[in-house]
Amino acid sequence: MTSNLMTSHEAYTNEHGKLSPFHERQAERNVRGAWAEWNGYKFAEYYYDAQYEYFCVRNQCGTYDISPMQKYMIEGEQALAMLNRMVTRDLAKCKVGRAMYTVWCTEEGRLIDDGAVFRLADDKYMLTCGAPMIAWLRRAKLGFTNVTVTDVTDDIAALSIQGPTSYSVLRTLNLTGDDALETLKLFDVREFTFNGKPITVSRTGFTGDLGYELWVDPAHAIELWDAIYAQQDNYGVHPYGEAATDMLRIEAGFIMPFVDFNEAHKTIHFRHDHSPLELNLDWLVNFKKPMFNGKKALLEEAKTGPEYRLVKLDIEGNKPAEEAWLYADKNCTKEIGYVTSAMWSPVAKANIALAMVKPDALKGDIYAEIYYTQELRQKMKVAKCELKDKPFWAPERARAVPPFQY
Amino acid sequence: MKQYDAIIIGAGHNGLTNAAYLAKAGLDVLVLEKNDYIGGAAVTRELEQGFKYSNCSYVCSMMRQAIHRDLDLARHGLVLVPYLGTVNFGDQLNDVLVDYPNESAGYNEWRRRNPHDADSRHRFETDLARYAQLIRKTLLRTPPDPTSFKPRDIHELLWLGKTFFSIGEKQLYEYIRFFTMSATEFLEEYFDDPLIKAAMASPGIIGTALGVDSPGSAYILLHHVMGDVDGNIGAWGLARGGMGAISNALMSAAKSHGAEVRTNSGVAQVLVENGKAAGVVLENGDELRSKIVVSNLDAKRTFTKIVDRKDIPERIFKQASNFKIRGSSGKVNIALSGLPKFIGVPDNRYINRGGQGFCGSLKTMEKAYDCWKRGTWSDDPFIESVIPSVWDPTVAPPGQHWMSNFIQYCPHELADGPWTPEKRDAFADSVINKIERYSPGFKDLIIHAEVRTPFEIENEVGLTEGNIFQGELTIDQLLFNRPFPGYSQYRMPVKNMYMCGSSTHPGGGVSSACGANAAREILMDLKKANTVPEDDFYDE
Ligand SMILES: Cc1cc2nc3c(=O)[nH]c(=O)nc-3n(C[C@H](O)[C@H](O)[C@H](O)COP(=O)(O)OP(=O)(O)OC[C@H]3O[C@@H](n4cnc5c(N)ncnc54)[C@H](O)[C@@H]3O)c2cc1C
Repeated sequence: MTSNLMTSHEAYTNEHGKLSPFHERQAERNVRGAWAEWNGYKFAEYYYDAQYEYFCVRNQCGTYDISPMQKYMIEGEQALAMLNRMVTRDLAKCKVGRAMYTVWCTEEGRLIDDGAVFRLADDKYMLTCGAPMIAWLRRAKLGFTNVTVTDVTDDIAALSIQGPTSYSVLRTLNLTGDDALETLKLFDVREFTFNGKPITVSRTGFTGDLGYELWVDPAHAIELWDAIYAQQDNYGVHPYGEAATDMLRIEAGFIMPFVDFNEAHKTIHFRHDHSPLELNLDWLVNFKKPMFNGKKALLEEAKTGPEYRLVKLDIEGNKPAEEAWLYADKNCTKEIGYVTSAMWSPVAKANIALAMVKPDALKGDIYAEIYYTQELRQKMKVAKCELKDKPFWAPERARAVPPFQY
Repeated sequence: MKQYDAIIIGAGHNGLTNAAYLAKAGLDVLVLEKNDYIGGAAVTRELEQGFKYSNCSYVCSMMRQAIHRDLDLARHGLVLVPYLGTVNFGDQLNDVLVDYPNESAGYNEWRRRNPHDADSRHRFETDLARYAQLIRKTLLRTPPDPTSFKPRDIHELLWLGKTFFSIGEKQLYEYIRFFTMSATEFLEEYFDDPLIKAAMASPGIIGTALGVDSPGSAYILLHHVMGDVDGNIGAWGLARGGMGAISNALMSAAKSHGAEVRTNSGVAQVLVENGKAAGVVLENGDELRSKIVVSNLDAKRTFTKIVDRKDIPERIFKQASNFKIRGSSGKVNIALSGLPKFIGVPDNRYINRGGQGFCGSLKTMEKAYDCWKRGTWSDDPFIESVIPSVWDPTVAPPGQHWMSNFIQYCPHELADGPWTPEKRDAFADSVINKIERYSPGFKDLIIHAEVRTPFEIENEVGLTEGNIFQGELTIDQLLFNRPFPGYSQYRMPVKNMYMCGSSTHPGGGVSSACGANAAREILMDLKKANTVPEDDFYDE
């Protein structure tokens, strides 16, 4: 027997997900061993029960590990110029200490990804997004001197804390900084000190509720976790995973890659990817900017109108319209679109969905053809849909400054 | 003098629901409430600073989702949160049955006690769900009058017949048998384990002047498991902010449609002129006029207290006087400086924090019933508890809690004379001592307690004899017999007068169904377009 033969355990090492800086604690809480993966990290699908975790966020608060999210530092004199050439929004308007949600497109005006840009200093930005972007960033950097792009994904531990009691929990951490935590507005980013260590706090999130994202050195991740969880009996903190996140973000009206849209670089079929206009993200596209990637194509599209529009629907009955076709008539003869995300919303008490609909059909009736099963029998029903322009969940507390304290 | 289209007496959740739907149809509506707060038995009050008790009802499952949605109660501030991880305690300390939310954990817990019961549970739950499904379908419908030849009644009777026959002949006979069974008999068909039987039987006695061995208690059991939270049939939830959040949201919805709500306005008498209701006289003597009058009070109170005997047929006065509305429940709401720990419960953060059922055994429960029959309370009562503050950050200060304890049984009239503050405290001691037995140190956590016997419930909420359902849920007082045969369609023996409280179909519980059903009938009489939605079903 040769000595370099791997034991069976080692032989599978590469197939095990990477562990997040919070893993040790999260593993203790993952009672059901319900793990998924995200960007190579081992990542919780849920910890105890998805519905329970969803309610923790809407009623108390929850923490969501965003360490696997991709993070890039873009620094240098031309950082702004480079990023502004890449994304659709005008980042010149993003002051130091602010963050912006934005998208970036191909030359054809199709969405590569969405994400957030945090302006940490005059010439220093952090870009975060769901999928790896280093290859695109390298291309976006071409022609710009004096700018560096660094992948800091593994160098920052990031934890999202969301829900009505999130502020009350953070208050107990006694963060010190130039500005008080309570003064943070939605999309503000500030540096603080936590137990003598630097921590960045942004009032951002993916739930539509009051919430923050915390960014620290991975070496301090467990200390941060423990300080937060020391409050679990006072404010009901609970970790939540991907399943609850998906419910929360649909209620908030946020889109998810490969659910509501296809990333352009990963789409084989012509036009199976999406433009920001199709996704109803016109507000993110700043045509006044001199130049940005996809501008020409998007200008063209703005003139002729997009092929589809992403809309919010409130659907009759309570059967989630998952993967439903949409029609202009009750008999389902004139097809006008399809549902991308659907759920029964426990807080809004509504049968909600995000859907792609042909723009000229938006003035008329919309019906969904919903399939479901009842004790193994296939059933179908046609349900009337109502267009909604506001998110299904947008409580006042999400924006209140100072935040409400418990 | 101003004439309202409708005056609703009582701002209980059903009165407010009724007001919302009448106002939505464009009627000029006034709600009159005797207390200085609204909500009736669906109420939240801060009696000790920082602690918000759900003083009467404490958990929610019957609330019609269709109404929650239709009146947009979410926008009016209502969030229902399901809770999980209830623990049941046997007679012996350390004998604990955990209701795990996870199916396989639950199976293992039962199997550990009794493999037969763990298996039998599946059949039990399936049978119960089949029965519940039928009853659920009747909740937002007006019961047919079986003696009427009106097309609508015949149509509704046929629907009812068809619905019930749809389960198959054999099952239908089982179902009919079920209506007259005791909880004990019903459970004996499925289970052996004493604690499992006791835990499963406990919903059969809540609010009821029946024992686990009394015929009819099986139906009460069903009444308590037919609700749902977001389609999880049998699940119970908490209203964020306490049960008063439901009434507050309903009031806000009613007001948004133009209804007016006045508190401190007890009604002394319904004005009847030429055989028709014409308005009300308040306790302060003020007279208010309206085209119709709707009573949210229970049937006995309505027809023996606020309607003049000479204005109604003598038969109705007799029936109202004899209406079965015996009070049998108490409530002790306790503010706690910390979270109590219970003997024998694993220190698992999920199961230690749901509800607690101090059920003991069928024998213990039946013994408590015997005490009630003798006009006293048991020193070993059945208590159903929940600690809402574990879930709801708005009802207690951080780290502190309040515990809702519902006690079955507590008599309305004591054998040794009227209730006194001393007797009330002695009743509370029986409850606190029992909890202390299962949770040593519990007493030291107590900051404040509100004790409610049927006497307080009657005097504060106006529920006659303190009956929590506005009338017992026995077959002689259900469906087309509720409140009285011939008067199940919300119209009362006085013209232009209606009832909308839990004394009417489908009965007690925070459901909004009685108020909504009454609104539909009223709008039909007024030839107005119906504003009340149809129910939505998960089990369609
Ligand atoms: C202790 C207790 C625990 C319960 N637990 C639960 C539970 O956990 N879950 C559940 O679903 N149900 C529960 N119930 C039952 C449920 O609360 C009731 O069935 C329901 O709230 C009744 O609503 P209602 O609108 O029909 O009548 P009520 O709530 O009785 O409303 C009647 C209203 O009329 C007012 N009123 C009385 N007399 C007059 C007058 N002369 N003039 C003006 N106003 C007057 C009263 O003050 C009251 O506001 C409980 C009830 C009690 C008492």
